[in-house]
Amino acid sequence: MEMAYFIETIIKIVVILLIFSALAGIGTYFERKVLAFMQRRLGPVNVGPFGLLQVAADGIKLFTKEDIVPTNVVGRIFKIAPVITAATAFMAAAAIPFLPSFTLFGYEVHPIVADINIGILYILGIMGVGLYGPLLGGMASANKFSLLSAARGAAVFISYEVITGLSILAPIMMVGSLSLIDFNEYQSGGITSWIVWSQPVAFILFWIAAFAETGRTPFHLIANDHEIIDGFGTEYSGMRWGLFFIGEYANMFFISFVISILFLGGYGDGSFLGALGLLGKVAFFFFFFLWTRAAWPDVRPDQLMWLCWKVLMPIAVINIVITGIVMM
Amino acid sequence: MFEAIAFYLFAFLTITMFYIAVTTSQALYALSALAAGMIFISAFFFILGADFLGAVQIVVYSGAVMALYAFGMMFFDTTREVKEKQGNKAIIIGLSALAALLVVVIVAAPIVGNNIEALYPSVDATKNVQEVGMVLFTKYLVPFEVAAVMLLVAMIAGIVLAGKKMDLSVTLMNEAEIIMMKEEDKNKKAHS
Repeated sequence: MEMAYFIETIIKIVVILLIFSALAGIGTYFERKVLAFMQRRLGPVNVGPFGLLQVAADGIKLFTKEDIVPTNVVGRIFKIAPVITAATAFMAAAAIPFLPSFTLFGYEVHPIVADINIGILYILGIMGVGLYGPLLGGMASANKFSLLSAARGAAVFISYEVITGLSILAPIMMVGSLSLIDFNEYQSGGITSWIVWSQPVAFILFWIAAFAETGRTPFHLIANDHEIIDGFGTEYSGMRWGLFFIGEYANMFFISFVISILFLGGYGDGSFLGALGLLGKVAFFFFFFLWTRAAWPDVRPDQLMWLCWKVLMPIAVINIVITGIVMM
Repeated sequence: MFEAIAFYLFAFLTITMFYIAVTTSQALYALSALAAGMIFISAFFFILGADFLGAVQIVVYSGAVMALYAFGMMFFDTTREVKEKQGNKAIIIGLSALAALLVVVIVAAPIVGNNIEALYPSVDATKNVQEVGMVLFTKYLVPFEVAAVMLLVAMIAGIVLAGKKMDLSVTLMNEAEIIMMKEEDKNKKAHS
């Protein structure tokens, strides 16, 4: 029994790793195409049909590029930083139910690696640890711009983790559990029972914070775009830089799953249609990340902090208090 | 069997990490090893079925060590080794060994002597979060509230220390106002 469970878990882990590493690569293709469409360009068209093989070309380039470790960096930390980003992104995925449970060859499969009863806390915690990647990468790089970007990244992540935690607290109070599966069960009664209708403020706050957690454009301060330099990734080359990228895109997919399950009903009653619905919602949130990048400029660091501490945090706290009063 | 493997693996990793944190003279190594050690400790909570405490261990200590990184960034060039002043090594090793021994004896003596049992044993590990809440708000209500007041005091002290111009917001000012504010600051410094 224990052995069967062990093997099943290993298989799940491998499948999730393979699917989302591949999706991270294909995600870059989607990003280029969507951005190109919105900016009236063509995007990748030359490699393969519709430029689809561009992903493979990028992969070959990243894998075969010379792995440069500059002279003055702190070697081991410099080498381990990209691994932290990618590894923590996939570790966070352990508590996400990707699909409703289904039967395959007469064997019931639960598409979640570990159904721990504190799912959402674990996911947010591990995503928080993911910040060590950019932070260590920037600090070990012996480059002023990398260090600046690391400091800015740390400030943004630490601030917006507060928003994530506080905004999620009100739905948790309603559901009475931290498990994502319980969240899904709570909303399984159709569209009207979705938490987004009873907690719209928490939904918007969590969504805003998701952009900061994944370091996407309106809050893309971890790369020094205005200094025309790539922030913490400046000194990296080849696959080490690629790992940062895989981590970022995998995080985007995972946070899309989390938002869909927390606020938008997840996979509903567990039917085939519900599963398709979940994938559709995830696709929408992923598309929205790209859409925002095309439509909005980056905000200034001081505006970001002002928004976090003087606007979003008070709203989140008031939301919790009101939820508490209503529930009593 | 898997529990035993996991326990020995994480015990080894934790001790190695803290050993690195203590012995290295490179600030970045020390901080990263400290963070890794803190996160590996959470594995013991997960093995014991205390999922909530494990997750809290990760959340709290990854944030706490992050603050240490910020200090490291301010005070050192973290890519260089720190020159430490080393005193008499025999005294340092002797005293720390003695302290470690004392801690073990102090903690272990009552357990061995009186056969201490858990007052609120975890009845059903699946309701972990609720149980922590129950115990926290009944048996340990007073310490909990005292801790809350202490944190509030620390927070207010932090705001008082850091927020000299909290009524001004650079974000809401336009360029001319910011320049005027800087001029005023200069004048004040010149006068004092």
